Amino acid sequence: MEALLIKVEKRNDVSPSIYFLTPILAIFLTLIGGAIIFYVLGFNPIEALKFFFVTPISDLYGLSELLVKATPLCLIAIGLSFCFKSNNWNIGAEGQLIFGGIVGGGVALLFYGHDGFYVLPIIILSGAIGGMIFALIPAILKTYFNTNEILVSLMLVYVAKLLLDYLVVGPWSNPEGFNFPETRQFSESARMPILFDGLRIHAGIFITLATVFLSWLILYKTYLGFQIKVSGLSLKTAKYAGYKGKTMIIIVFIISGACAGLAGVGEITGPIGQLHRNISPDYGFTAIIVAFLGRLNPVGIIFASLVVALTYLGAETAQIFLQVPKYTGQVFQGMILFFLLGSDYLLFFKIKFLGLRKNEL
Amino acid sequence: MYKYFLRYVISVLFLLGISGQANADFKVGFVYVGPTGDHGWTYQHDEGRKAVEAAGIKTTYVESVPEGADAERVIRQLAQSGHDLIFTTSFGYMDPTNKVAKDFPNVKFEHATGYKREHSNVSTYSARFYEGRTLLGHMAGKMTKTNVIGYIASFPIPEVIRGINAMTLAAQKVNPDIKTKIVWVFTWYDPGKESEAAQALIDQGADIIMQHTDSTAPVQVAEKAGVWSFGQASDMQRFAPKSILTSIIDDWAPYYVERSIAARDGTWKQQDTWHGLKEGMVAMAPYNSAMGSDLIKEVEQLQKDLASGKAHSFTGPIYDQKGNMLVAAGSVADDGMLAGMNVYVKGVEGDIPQ
Repeated sequence: MEALLIKVEKRNDVSPSIYFLTPILAIFLTLIGGAIIFYVLGFNPIEALKFFFVTPISDLYGLSELLVKATPLCLIAIGLSFCFKSNNWNIGAEGQLIFGGIVGGGVALLFYGHDGFYVLPIIILSGAIGGMIFALIPAILKTYFNTNEILVSLMLVYVAKLLLDYLVVGPWSNPEGFNFPETRQFSESARMPILFDGLRIHAGIFITLATVFLSWLILYKTYLGFQIKVSGLSLKTAKYAGYKGKTMIIIVFIISGACAGLAGVGEITGPIGQLHRNISPDYGFTAIIVAFLGRLNPVGIIFASLVVALTYLGAETAQIFLQVPKYTGQVFQGMILFFLLGSDYLLFFKIKFLGLRKNEL
Repeated sequence: MYKYFLRYVISVLFLLGISGQANADFKVGFVYVGPTGDHGWTYQHDEGRKAVEAAGIKTTYVESVPEGADAERVIRQLAQSGHDLIFTTSFGYMDPTNKVAKDFPNVKFEHATGYKREHSNVSTYSARFYEGRTLLGHMAGKMTKTNVIGYIASFPIPEVIRGINAMTLAAQKVNPDIKTKIVWVFTWYDPGKESEAAQALIDQGADIIMQHTDSTAPVQVAEKAGVWSFGQASDMQRFAPKSILTSIIDDWAPYYVERSIAARDGTWKQQDTWHGLKEGMVAMAPYNSAMGSDLIKEVEQLQKDLASGKAHSFTGPIYDQKGNMLVAAGSVADDGMLAGMNVYVKGVEGDIPQ
């Protein structure tokens, strides 16, 4: 018997510039992979890629739509980065988004017909608080009852979805809406101000930018941020240093939940304008890709959210102009993550071929 | 004289050229809520689109468009990219369709199953599916042994309640002892939930299963359990060859072709369409011979009478669950009442979820 011996060794010296260049490499490889797929499907690869990545943002409307789509992704991913950096695997951002939407939407319905500058801030705040409360559940269960936060947060997504279903079908459904599963359209005072006439980009983008800045401050300029990073690198070190692990877990979940809640309330007061069953096309799950693609870094996440948002718009455009199947967009997202994780592996580990050796069996 | 003739010929050719070009550029867009392979709702809309294509008109479709914030962008993109007529084929597209229609007065919009026509370039259309339900009720009433009819319902909107009531009334007419049991699944398409609901109904004694959801799961469960079932939206016979008695088919093709040609030729006008068996928007798949030729003849006669107007799905006397009269003896429910229907008729079990 002969066997090919492969040895995997950890690399000790990974330069930071390459660490931040690999996402770009991953995107580049995705483009090549995409071109091959288009070619196999019988499309002109250059033309298809153009419809996928250039046409959607070739006018002001497209750029505005890119930002509309990227805003919630960026917001959620920023929140998730706090959790992931500190080794807390919050997979339930989708549920926190929906619950934030429910609470914010409930307040918006409460203020139905009210005018006043104070209405929108109250709604936004209550949405953030809703997301926080929902994220507190897995955090408290983890810290005090030692449950697995991945399972708890994931299962709570379905709880939030069913609660939303119940509310829009039953008690909150539009009294003039023939029992259709949706609430009234919110009053004008409860809607995010539109920035430019005719475009859908709304004031929510300022909330997102402010959050990005704040999270950068917290992560890189505060003691809390330092604790988060140390806990992520080594829990034992963190304990040895005397950091209060439980408090930190609760804080990162609160931050993460608040961000997801803000994203939810931004959707319902922005482009949607009411509550119904489909307030989020799985933004909470897609944001996990965004967070890792952006290297859990606030600035990286901004770019990552734009790239991933573009894959959504591109999938629509390619479908309209070339009748490429809708799911191509998801294939692209999958490829980006695949190439990113793949190149990460090669970045942190060396593979040594030790040649053929005889095995005695 | 010759000069004038030449001018005439040239201008005619020129006009022909323009109109020919305009016709060649004419495009129709479709927005679907599900995948074209759902074998139900979206599948039938796509069959309609193919008929438009066969009539020589270019079409485009976008499938699985979520009914949230994305719908408006997709509809707008279709309008912007030179589509002259756009069909939005799910209720959740109602507000986005009207919003985009406002900004594109020269593009025509057709929204399925909604009630808002806020601009003169928006039409709405739907089908009188309840007429098909009347036929199912007749068959169910005759075929049931346990006198329990299982009904998988999606959302408590008038369209679904109308179907439940029409079916129950028709079944009662031929079998006064029947009961309609309902499971609400709150989804249009979820094979998992739909099959669980079908199984639950069978466990409660239902030997007839019908559904107002889009997947083929319920008929497949019925086939396994050996009870009767009905297909929904498209002919689902091949998914449950023994169990299916017939399917209600949504045939959008004639409407889509007619409206597309009207829009191309400039005769399109805003309207609210509600077509049924008469116009062919609701059609029935072949009847299962297991029913026996007598019953098939009865049902075919009833189908003809519903189409001709001789029979009506909601002929009085009709009572609600508490025994209040909804429609007096000898009269029929008007379209206004049908459009807003939100109570069960006598014989349906349970309450409408509120």
